[in-house]
Amino acid sequence: MTTVVGAVIVALLLWLALWTVVARDAFLAVAGFVVYGLLLSLVWVRLAGIDVALTEAAIGGGLTGALLLGAVGRLRGTEAATAAERPGPGLRALAALLALAVTAALMLAVLSLPDPAPTLAPLVVPNLQSTGVGNPITGVLLAFRALDTLLEAIVLVIGLIGVWSLAPDHAWGGRPGLRYQADPDGILAYLARVLPPIGIVIGLYLFWAGADHPGGKFQSATILAAMWMLVQMAGLSDTPRSDSGWLRLGIVVGPLAFVAVGVFGIPAAGAFLAYPEGWAKPLILLIEVALLPTLVLVLALLMNGPPSRHGDAR
Amino acid sequence: MISVLDLFSIAAIAGGCFFYLAGTVGLLRFPDAYTRLHALTKADNLGLALVVIGLLPQMSGLLAAAKLVLVWLLVLLSSAAVAQLIARSARRQGGGQ
Repeated sequence: MTTVVGAVIVALLLWLALWTVVARDAFLAVAGFVVYGLLLSLVWVRLAGIDVALTEAAIGGGLTGALLLGAVGRLRGTEAATAAERPGPGLRALAALLALAVTAALMLAVLSLPDPAPTLAPLVVPNLQSTGVGNPITGVLLAFRALDTLLEAIVLVIGLIGVWSLAPDHAWGGRPGLRYQADPDGILAYLARVLPPIGIVIGLYLFWAGADHPGGKFQSATILAAMWMLVQMAGLSDTPRSDSGWLRLGIVVGPLAFVAVGVFGIPAAGAFLAYPEGWAKPLILLIEVALLPTLVLVLALLMNGPPSRHGDAR
Repeated sequence: MISVLDLFSIAAIAGGCFFYLAGTVGLLRFPDAYTRLHALTKADNLGLALVVIGLLPQMSGLLAAAKLVLVWLLVLLSSAAVAQLIARSARRQGGGQ
């Protein structure tokens, strides 16, 4: 029975992936991609990777889908022109051949993996208790592979700087994105008043549960950022100006705290990002708490796009 | 050995699946955006309610059951609100075709 369910999900995934690629309309392709992300998170649940499933649903399906929808909105005007100029058959055949070659290479790589697959998991399990966290994913992300997580946080901030640098000169330092107008008595405003209190509690719960159960700062930050976006889209509050000192402090506080903890490890434990004996849990908690505002702000501001309005002009 | 509670779960979840199926048939068969939304939100919310009710006796504790009910209420809230928004946007574009 479970094999049948698995086979159906895999068949659906492959069909959806193909459909997304061949869809002529950009909006339909993004819709297919979002459903693909949700289905993929089901696959992760079946593989018992709940953390990955949560991240895939929140970031892969939700946030990336929303970013792509924003891109589709901006590309609307040029879409017809792009669709009109079809590349020649030779170029299309070459592209198909390249894509197939990459797929074949990936399939060969997966099939030729040694069995059992090389893994460090048996090493992680006995050493996990020294980090003080119960969820092995959190332990790996913030203790054994903390450098990766640090670089990830920095890459996100750099990504936001990249988006902001697309701002026209006159809008630099202004508010990012559109000023949303919505009916103050409408259903969107109602939802934006009712949902955020619940969403904030669920987001913080996921953040706190991440120490011992599936969850963590990324999934939590996505929910919190979504709540903020909802309030903005309902016109209940505006984006802060991008030259606000508080905003910029909130954006960089995570990587700064992370680097500070890392440097503290050099005299205290002999290596960058090493945690002294017995200090692992409080230091991990400090990093997570500092990263949360960074992630919420960066994820939401990536959605807003480059600064586009100066002052309070609407 | 199937207990009464298990039978109840099977019946409720099977009923939920029926409403999901009905909602999907409506989504595929109905002529315009409004009726399709009607099929989706009405039938799927009822389907989800039945599935949640069917799963409640199978949960290990009160907290897990409460989380399940919370999931149901959140889906109810969001699907009702989103249906309104989609319908409004369909009306603005004219006809809901």
